[in-house]
Amino acid sequence: MSSLLEGGGEEEIVVPAIKEARSRSALALGGAAARLARAGALVGLVVIAGFFPDLAHSNYLTSIGLQIEILMCLALGLNFVVGYAGMLDLGFAAFFAIGSYTTGMLSVHAHWPILATLPPAVVIALIGAIFVGVPTLRLRSDYLAVVTLGFGEIIQTVVNNLNQTGGPEGIYGIPPLRIGSWTLTSTASYFEIFLFLVVVFVAVSARIRHARLGRAWLAIREDEDTAQAMGIKVRRYKLYAYMAGSVFGSITGSLYAPAFIAIAPPSFGFTESLLVVMAVSIGGIGSIWGALLGAGVVIAFPEVFRQFAQARLLVFGIALVLVMVLRPQGIWPENGLGFGRLQQRWRSRRVEGARR
Amino acid sequence: MAALSVRELSLRFGGVDALAQVSLEVPDRSLFAVIGPNGAGKTSFFNCLTGYYRPTGGSVLFDGRDITRLGAADVAALGIRRTFQNVRVFPKLSARENVLAGAHLRASASVLGTLFGTPAHRRGERELAEEADRWLDFVGLADKAAVLAGDLPYGVRKRLEVARALIAHPAMLLLDEPAAGVSSVEREELASVIRRTAADGVTVVMIEHDVELVMQLAAGVAVLDRGRLLVQGSPEAVRADPRVVEAYLGRRQR
Repeated sequence: MSSLLEGGGEEEIVVPAIKEARSRSALALGGAAARLARAGALVGLVVIAGFFPDLAHSNYLTSIGLQIEILMCLALGLNFVVGYAGMLDLGFAAFFAIGSYTTGMLSVHAHWPILATLPPAVVIALIGAIFVGVPTLRLRSDYLAVVTLGFGEIIQTVVNNLNQTGGPEGIYGIPPLRIGSWTLTSTASYFEIFLFLVVVFVAVSARIRHARLGRAWLAIREDEDTAQAMGIKVRRYKLYAYMAGSVFGSITGSLYAPAFIAIAPPSFGFTESLLVVMAVSIGGIGSIWGALLGAGVVIAFPEVFRQFAQARLLVFGIALVLVMVLRPQGIWPENGLGFGRLQQRWRSRRVEGARR
Repeated sequence: MAALSVRELSLRFGGVDALAQVSLEVPDRSLFAVIGPNGAGKTSFFNCLTGYYRPTGGSVLFDGRDITRLGAADVAALGIRRTFQNVRVFPKLSARENVLAGAHLRASASVLGTLFGTPAHRRGERELAEEADRWLDFVGLADKAAVLAGDLPYGVRKRLEVARALIAHPAMLLLDEPAAGVSSVEREELASVIRRTAADGVTVVMIEHDVELVMQLAAGVAVLDRGRLLVQGSPEAVRADPRVVEAYLGRRQR
């Protein structure tokens, strides 16, 4: 087939090809500079975020920041399932719970160091994902939503009723995270840990998005039947999405446990699952920036509007509906904020006007 | 040798025979056309060949291998690629990413390479992206690489589908009505793409209503009518056959 490409010797094709090559090299130059600028801006953003606890100088703000980061991590995990592979998952908190409870039980009852509890937490979450995923991922999205909803409820009910998980009281006295000689006890220190986790999760998400795995997920989301014609094994790749989500969810849960010292069933219910879905969909389905922004909005909005007291959730609800109606693709959609396309539309409109 | 050999292929939906004992052979590295009136079972035929429908009888051999019971993804893995009658691109992916999705089985699946962006992985991805751009160029879409497929006009999407199939380096390409709804300029470009593809040794089977295009391109033609194979032969012989005329125009009243 390669000979086919090299042999394209028809004249009218060669000329645009040269033009294209020229513009591409120009673009590449601009591309490298733009990439450098973007990388610089990202590093700057992370550094500024790193100083947030010192700048804010308020335990309240730092803890809000920590909550946002935790939801960011969960949203990035769910983004694999909902955003990339296009499956609705209403029980994502189950993996968050599996991570938290594995870490909580192993560290409190068996005195494992927190970091050592991460691998078993991830493995158990993966087993859970496979256990639920294999029989159900052949279902179309709506049915899958019901099954995942059930899975979330089952996990919450189990931890609420088992003696080993502390029943409704949960697990308390979870020891702090130790990294070498550094023992993390303050909210600010966990803020830094979760900032690091967000950065890692963003990097992993971005890498996967632009590799075979991510393209296969998006193809499945866009058109399952057509994806098969590319040789994509749809059911297997859906399971991969579910598993990837469970890894992010359980790691987040594992580090959540020592950050909050005590964990209890209410933190892992349907409401939590819904918050994560909201973060992903408000931010922009399939968009990494959207997931981050969505997590920020979902946590910060009710806090900012505390003056509305009881009505603030109502205000929040109205705001959500407005976003969904006015900008269904999310605040920061996957194909960018859309300025370029807006400009294009403007230009074509002006050309049309000129013709008249 | 026949690239594709179909033996007594049947497909029943309830009481309807979508395909009834269709047998035909497509020679290796040839350009073959399947024609027939609406509802003749042409697309059903393609869907049986590519694992989208499971035939109720008969068998399909590709390169001497029985592929009758394989799923769509497995058929694709054997080097059979297709396009769709109603044009199915991935609308929210750019043209380049659409083509890259077609290269799924050729892309690196290494987990470590993906997560850590190893030099080998990056090189593989870059080379694949460059090849995707060359295929876009091949179908005349070099300047559309970054455009979302959903924003492209219909005729352009058809060519994008062809590029997406070709990057897989298929042994056989099935085109379902490539020229339907395409402007006359685009039709010429499309004919050129099909001709160059076949010239490079890809077996091409196309369903087409545009008889001109079929006569111009195909070496062999099969005519389906109401699920049955009516005639198979050279384009000239098929055009002259009274049964074909009858299938398209109806029987003369006596």
